[in-house]
Amino acid sequence: MMTAVKLSTRDSAVAAAAPEIDLEAQIAEAARFVRRHTIAAIYRATSGHPGGALSCADLLACLFGAELNVWPTAANDRFRDRFVLSKGHACPALYAIGAYHGFCDKADALNLRKLGSPFQGHPHVRDLPWVETSTGSLGQGFSGALGMAMGMKLQKINARAYALLGDGELQEGEVWEAAMCAAHHKLDNLCAIIDYNKLQSDATNDAIMRLEPLADKWRAFGWTVFEIDGHNIPEILSTLHLAASTHERPSVLIAHTVKGKGVPYMEGSPAWHGSVKLTREQSVDALVALGADQHEIKELLDV
Amino acid sequence: MSDNNAPALIGTSGDSLREAFGKALTNLADEFPKLVVLDADVAGGTGVHHFRKAHPEKFIQFGIAEQNMVAAAGGLAAVGMLPVVTGFAVFLSRAFEQTRLSIAYCRRNAKIVASHPGLDVGPDGGSAQALEDIAAFRAIPGMTVISPADPKEMELATRAMLEFEGPVYMRTGRSAAKRLFGDDHKFEIGKGQIVRDGSDVTLVACGVEVARALEAAELLETDGIDARVVNMATIKPIDAKLLKQCAAETGCMVTAEDHNIHGGLGSAVAEAVTQTHPCPIEFVGLNDTFGSSGEPDELAAHYGITAPFIAEAARRAIARKGSLQ
Repeated sequence: MMTAVKLSTRDSAVAAAAPEIDLEAQIAEAARFVRRHTIAAIYRATSGHPGGALSCADLLACLFGAELNVWPTAANDRFRDRFVLSKGHACPALYAIGAYHGFCDKADALNLRKLGSPFQGHPHVRDLPWVETSTGSLGQGFSGALGMAMGMKLQKINARAYALLGDGELQEGEVWEAAMCAAHHKLDNLCAIIDYNKLQSDATNDAIMRLEPLADKWRAFGWTVFEIDGHNIPEILSTLHLAASTHERPSVLIAHTVKGKGVPYMEGSPAWHGSVKLTREQSVDALVALGADQHEIKELLDV
Repeated sequence: MSDNNAPALIGTSGDSLREAFGKALTNLADEFPKLVVLDADVAGGTGVHHFRKAHPEKFIQFGIAEQNMVAAAGGLAAVGMLPVVTGFAVFLSRAFEQTRLSIAYCRRNAKIVASHPGLDVGPDGGSAQALEDIAAFRAIPGMTVISPADPKEMELATRAMLEFEGPVYMRTGRSAAKRLFGDDHKFEIGKGQIVRDGSDVTLVACGVEVARALEAAELLETDGIDARVVNMATIKPIDAKLLKQCAAETGCMVTAEDHNIHGGLGSAVAEAVTQTHPCPIEFVGLNDTFGSSGEPDELAAHYGITAPFIAEAARRAIARKGSLQ
């Protein structure tokens, strides 16, 4: 599995080597699971941030399904890749993809934001070691991933560090401190992924604090920049593969996404940034839109 | 870059706590193979220029960007390195929240060493004098806070900090520090030390105020007052056992610190003794004010943290003995 996943799915050699595995279909199914699980967890929690969790579901599914060298059975392997969810408020999606790949139990991960549950409202590494670091204060996860990339280079560990950032997060000054630092230290084992859904807590990025020209900013800071459709699985996979081949420069994927992707009444609306309470009717509507049948809906919302 | 033709750094002294720290860290590098030192373009001021020169491969330059530096230290620790973050106390305070989340909440084995604390900074003035750092970092759960008193103790504390597993905030100092302790001095995190015994009052001090408390004890002696002096180099976790013993044996206390009286050593001492051993306590420190430019000794006198002020506070505390019963 490891050898296949690092290759582009567009590469005909992969198809020839593993004709029975449809990686794209597997990842699409994982992303659907993440979205359904996210809706159910936030419904059960009676609070949470659905919009930005749904927008990054395809990115997470690609990372955990095909890019990251991480395994539940070797969660402490010092040679593993490190993934940091710097936009920590999207953690229902992280918990869901972790559950899908066996880092935690699927039913447990529905127990979101509850007293005594390790699935806190923002990821905490002392509760769930596989989340790599605690996040929830924007900008810090990115610096943390930078420190991991730096530390792995110092120890000659040939692994990569990834950070998934929100677009609103880019308004934090610390992000640009880290951007400058990563380029200065030639951290080509660091990859930033921007979930660019154009919406933040209160309104559009443009209304709150303009980010554009965003690709130019990253290029000016010395990064190799890729702009992609953050919901196009083949494009995400092949670009992650390309990003891993950059030399002496960190890489950033600016992934254009839709906030609330997959749930029509949430798509493109800042109202669903959160922290919101989902009614049962809203949750059922969302799960139906995500292709869940009555049995799955009952399982997700009631059991 | 050759150091030979560089101008002498103003205020650099072979006897300062920062110099002692920088040299100790340099000498310890080979014993701690995972050690890396992080700097925000103030290596010449924090003393780690010695380390940079001897171990350039373990020295990481972060530029003038403390927030990224502190959170990145969390990442370095996460992959098994032993990061020592260095900087000026005021500027490290701007990374308070990174210290809280990326270091302490994650319980990373990362160290933060802050030079230029308090009025001891001197002429750079009020903007540069951190008088709140002990209060701020002490309030973070699980944070150990240390403020050694002399170059020998700084050397020992540097080793103790590296051997200790967990996050530590340590204050050094800019100005020349009096040598108080000999080669047989011992330092242990969490332990206070009676450095002069006495029975009428206990003077509890940390950092540069330990020398002033000892001087105050001499002044009190000429009045026939027998003052005990405790060097409380670890402010958190504080040595509550020793403090309770001192409260019981001397019946009153004075705390002395180069820091705001709100939230620092004095507060920590009061928290430790109030419930079980209430006694009169007088607080010597900055009385909720910022500092200003001047030489450190001038400033200390101006803001009331020199030996005569400590001695006067001791007389007040003694006069109030029994008033709580």
